[in-house]
Amino acid sequence: MRHPPAVRFHETTLQDLPANPHRRRLLKLMAASTALAGTGCTQAPPEKIMPYVNMPEGMVPGDPVFYASTLLRNGFGIGVLVETESGRPIKIEGNTAHPASLGAADAQTQAAILTLWDPERSHTIMHRQEISTREAMLSMLIQRLDEESQTGGRGLRLLTGPVSSPTLLSQINAMLMRFPNAQWHMHDPADSDARAAAALQVFGVPARTLYHLEQAAVVLSVDADLFGPSADGVRNAHDFLAARRRNPRARMYALESSPNLCGSLADSRQAMSPGEMENMLEMMAAALSNGAAALSNGGASLKSSSWLNRLYRQLLRARGACVVAAGHSLSLRAHVLVWHINTMLGNLGKTVYALEQYAAQQPGKAPGSGSQTARPRRPASLPELTEAMRNDQVSTLVMVNVNPVYDAPGMLAFAPALEHVPCSIHTGLYYDETGRRATWHVPQTHELESWSDAYSHDGIASIVQPVIAPLYGAYSSHELMSVLASGQTASAHATTRATWQEFWQARGEAEFEQQWQAALSCGVIASHDKLHTLHPLQGAFDALKAESGAQPDARPPNPPGVMTPSAAKPSSATIGITAVLANDSNLVAGEFANNAWLQELPRPYSKITWDNAALISPASARQHALCNGDIVSLSTADDDTGILAPIWIMPGQANGVITLPLGYGRSHAGNTAQGHGFDVFALQGVNGGLALRTFSVTMRRTGQRHDFAVTQHELHTQGREPVRNVETRRDSAPSNSSRVSEPARARARSGENETPSLYPGHEYSSYAWGMTVDLDACIGCNACAIACQAENNIPVVGPEQVAMGREMHWIRIDLYREQSGNRTQFQPMACQHCENAPCEIVCPVGATMHDSEGLNIQVYNRCVGTRFCSNNCPYKVRHFNFFQFSRNDPSAAAHANPDVTVRQRGVMEKCTYCLQRISHARIQAQKAGRPIRDGDIVTACQATCPTNAIVFGDTNDPDSEVSRSKASPRNYAVLEELNTRPRTTYLARLDDPAARLEEDDD
Amino acid sequence: MAQLLERSQVLLIKLILLVPVGLVLLTIAGMVWRTTSPVEPGVAVPQPIPFSHKHHVGDDGIDCRYCHTSVETSASAGMPSTGICLSCHSQLFRDAPALGPLHESMRTGKPIQWNRVYDLPDFVFFNHSVHVKKGVACVTCHGRVDQMPILVRNESLDMQWCIGCHRDPTGKVVSPSHVTRMGTLPALSEDERRQLLHMLQLENTQRLTDCSTCHR
Repeated sequence: MRHPPAVRFHETTLQDLPANPHRRRLLKLMAASTALAGTGCTQAPPEKIMPYVNMPEGMVPGDPVFYASTLLRNGFGIGVLVETESGRPIKIEGNTAHPASLGAADAQTQAAILTLWDPERSHTIMHRQEISTREAMLSMLIQRLDEESQTGGRGLRLLTGPVSSPTLLSQINAMLMRFPNAQWHMHDPADSDARAAAALQVFGVPARTLYHLEQAAVVLSVDADLFGPSADGVRNAHDFLAARRRNPRARMYALESSPNLCGSLADSRQAMSPGEMENMLEMMAAALSNGAAALSNGGASLKSSSWLNRLYRQLLRARGACVVAAGHSLSLRAHVLVWHINTMLGNLGKTVYALEQYAAQQPGKAPGSGSQTARPRRPASLPELTEAMRNDQVSTLVMVNVNPVYDAPGMLAFAPALEHVPCSIHTGLYYDETGRRATWHVPQTHELESWSDAYSHDGIASIVQPVIAPLYGAYSSHELMSVLASGQTASAHATTRATWQEFWQARGEAEFEQQWQAALSCGVIASHDKLHTLHPLQGAFDALKAESGAQPDARPPNPPGVMTPSAAKPSSATIGITAVLANDSNLVAGEFANNAWLQELPRPYSKITWDNAALISPASARQHALCNGDIVSLSTADDDTGILAPIWIMPGQANGVITLPLGYGRSHAGNTAQGHGFDVFALQGVNGGLALRTFSVTMRRTGQRHDFAVTQHELHTQGREPVRNVETRRDSAPSNSSRVSEPARARARSGENETPSLYPGHEYSSYAWGMTVDLDACIGCNACAIACQAENNIPVVGPEQVAMGREMHWIRIDLYREQSGNRTQFQPMACQHCENAPCEIVCPVGATMHDSEGLNIQVYNRCVGTRFCSNNCPYKVRHFNFFQFSRNDPSAAAHANPDVTVRQRGVMEKCTYCLQRISHARIQAQKAGRPIRDGDIVTACQATCPTNAIVFGDTNDPDSEVSRSKASPRNYAVLEELNTRPRTTYLARLDDPAARLEEDDD
Repeated sequence: MAQLLERSQVLLIKLILLVPVGLVLLTIAGMVWRTTSPVEPGVAVPQPIPFSHKHHVGDDGIDCRYCHTSVETSASAGMPSTGICLSCHSQLFRDAPALGPLHESMRTGKPIQWNRVYDLPDFVFFNHSVHVKKGVACVTCHGRVDQMPILVRNESLDMQWCIGCHRDPTGKVVSPSHVTRMGTLPALSEDERRQLLHMLQLENTQRLTDCSTCHR
């Protein structure tokens, strides 16, 4: 069995604690701690001041400088602003000018700063597991390329991840011109091969999908993770919520094999296996092409045919303004069906675009314009490469920023094939699985360390600008590629500039410099090109019609996703079940595995940290008598060794489907990544050259158990209504309207409807800070949690401590599940800054106090760690630093926010409403002699929220955004009955009765 | 019943019992000694270059802000870069042996390592610019640097001292145009003081004494 998961940390940790300490031992410990206290406490060591030798222009010591740059996700650019403090990058914010960000950033973007500083990143060039030098590597490479050039590069192969960088693409193009027989392969473990193949089949060229959700009235997600950690997730969330705030309100329907973020937002959702989804799409496509007003009764086998019929009618009514989005679990045929349906509904070119994938070509040519003499070169696939490697046709393999030894499908057996390659060169951030197997490994620079460029998902270019010199002596992939392309080394800066010089064809150096500086300072390169969608080839959908009469399971060869798993008897030892490989919501496909922030971030639905789990539905679990933590072995017909995976029962999961998140079970990715979870890629099969995302597996019980570190155990509201719903009226504006009644406005201001209280009262003459969180807009993406962690120097504690409930996140995203069924609701929960704060009353040392602007402040230097406050907090938002959780190695100190105290052990801490940002705004306002304006203070969570669900401001100002938000009739306080009068209030979720699909079923 | 222990034995036991008490006292004394500030006010701190504020400020009359460039804009007053020093010393006293580290720094690109004289705990967030803007004169905290051949810390920097001004800034602030002047603070009449506080918007000290003003 491969990669047995880590098990049972509860027992090991509990053993360390003396259950019954003896008197003598206790006395010894006390004496020792007194002695240590006597000798260990010292004054902070004397400090040095090191001023610059020459002060850089525009730099002010103590003030942060922001640089616009671009981070890459699946090859596409996400615009960011990087906050640097004395030259050290410390925090990432979204770039409002960039279309993939619009000012927001997701959890992975926020966490990139930790990866940048990760001391476990690769430091040196390695040759066969030994340290080597750049000169040795370069002379070897140049010699190798000379040999290869004699055959036109017949044995030379390049393997990259997805690429949008025009500089890299032109380098690949130059390489392919220099070595006409060489080949370029592309491998993206986070993408679905079925999706790519379907787009190729429909449009004749490799294509990607772009959604314009702000135009949509109805969105149907067919297992699609629209708001997930992809290049367009933030933009999709922003756009869909913009459509939701409109009148009429946009509708979302979700079919899901396993709960993802669309399902929580959906007006109605159904759990379905990918096979059932394909049947449903089949029926829908058939009905659409017949012009039928309802689905034919082919859905008799489906439990929810009336639901589907209503869904179908909704889509028909929104012709040209709806979206059918397909997820990675679907088969090739289902993806083609989705394109067909979108085409027939008239969505193509309106809400759904098909854009051509970037191909290797010279710069200066617009992507997709194939008019130039040299045809753009397109990459071949990983299975083709593996085949060639196995047949000894590959003599030199260059792998740029990929890790196929880990993330290639297990059935491909990439690692053994790599043994056949005499010279393989790997570049990557980490000395990972592939780096160790390749003959050469070259450390690669992070995006924030080197020059490059990238297109966003919707085709806007931006420059990848370094904000710090390479920390660990790494090299840019452009440097290596320039050797391949021209035989000479060139800096990434020069190559990137050369690309844009060619693009812009600027007249003279001065004009180019002007354009270049403009591109750098605003973070995007302005483009006036209008997007045009590709159109399906003539007869692209004919094949579908020919097949549609046949039974799905009669189609050769074994279409993935069509399974009949329920045939297995519960008593039998082996259980047939459909496995769906899903991108992990934190680690995606493993590239973020060594990022401790993302490891400790609870998954939106399971709330599991530091682990992946095989998700099954409660009914399936009951049927097979499985419970949370039971380890099962999973194997396929082709691979009977299989993997071991612990079970997690996931309500809302489709029956007969086991969802396996990717990205875990790393063997060489750094100490943070190792020893957690199980590797799903080992199980992944390949069919017809396509890596499978959905296939049937055999499940066996092993009798072993695994403990998960979970942050939320109770999903029911217990009648306390922490999350609330209100119904929209059909005639009224949907969102919190600006028509605010005067009584409501008065109520929002503290005062009138005060219930009597024993707590001392407060009066606020200047500001009174407050926050609202719109539950109708919260999608549960967790971006705020990581933004808060980065901003406030919040440490990670590790899985053992999480299991004891000692996680330190100042903001947690609670999940509530309606008892009745499918509906879930996320709720960001941080310190509520209560007016009648129960914590303040019980603190014996006055470490938690009310300040004159209504903040509930925590004074770390007063705190003695009694933890009374946490015990008395009804919201459980205070976190105690049980051990010295904050790391004090140089890399952690370097990216800590200097405006926030790094807390000691033994101190209570909690959300401060980003006090440092309030202080900054106050000081700026006082220096300018004006009051703080609404919008001057943007908290870290608010800034990063893709859907603007969080509003912060002065509640004393009746015209501030937060006051208007609090005056909404949807405004309510959590646990209002305790009369804590929290300053953070929530806006109830809106429920659109007209959008429901279930009502007639009752 | 006879005495269980003799008188001398009792004394011995009492003495032995005193030992732990003494040890505890010693420990406390040690802790206090170790945690008290290593730099008492008035003690000179050795520096890599024996920089004289007396000469530069007192004799030459160079304004504070010539070297401490960001004192009006940023939290940090800013220590002069090697370049700023060399704006004069590339011409003046070029060969003075004391300026060796300065030229060394410019040649190697490595910064001069000054020893910190004014050090606040890491949980205190002090902002120079707002204090300067609100009329806290340089001399109020840093003393008459124009009379210091070697810089010495003038104040204890403990919280009691900070909060003295924060509780009642009356008479402790000057008009913003006087902030960088050396010499004693100008004597103001009661009326002028009130006017000054009004102009600096310092009448309400509630905000000034909130914990969150300095601790975050």
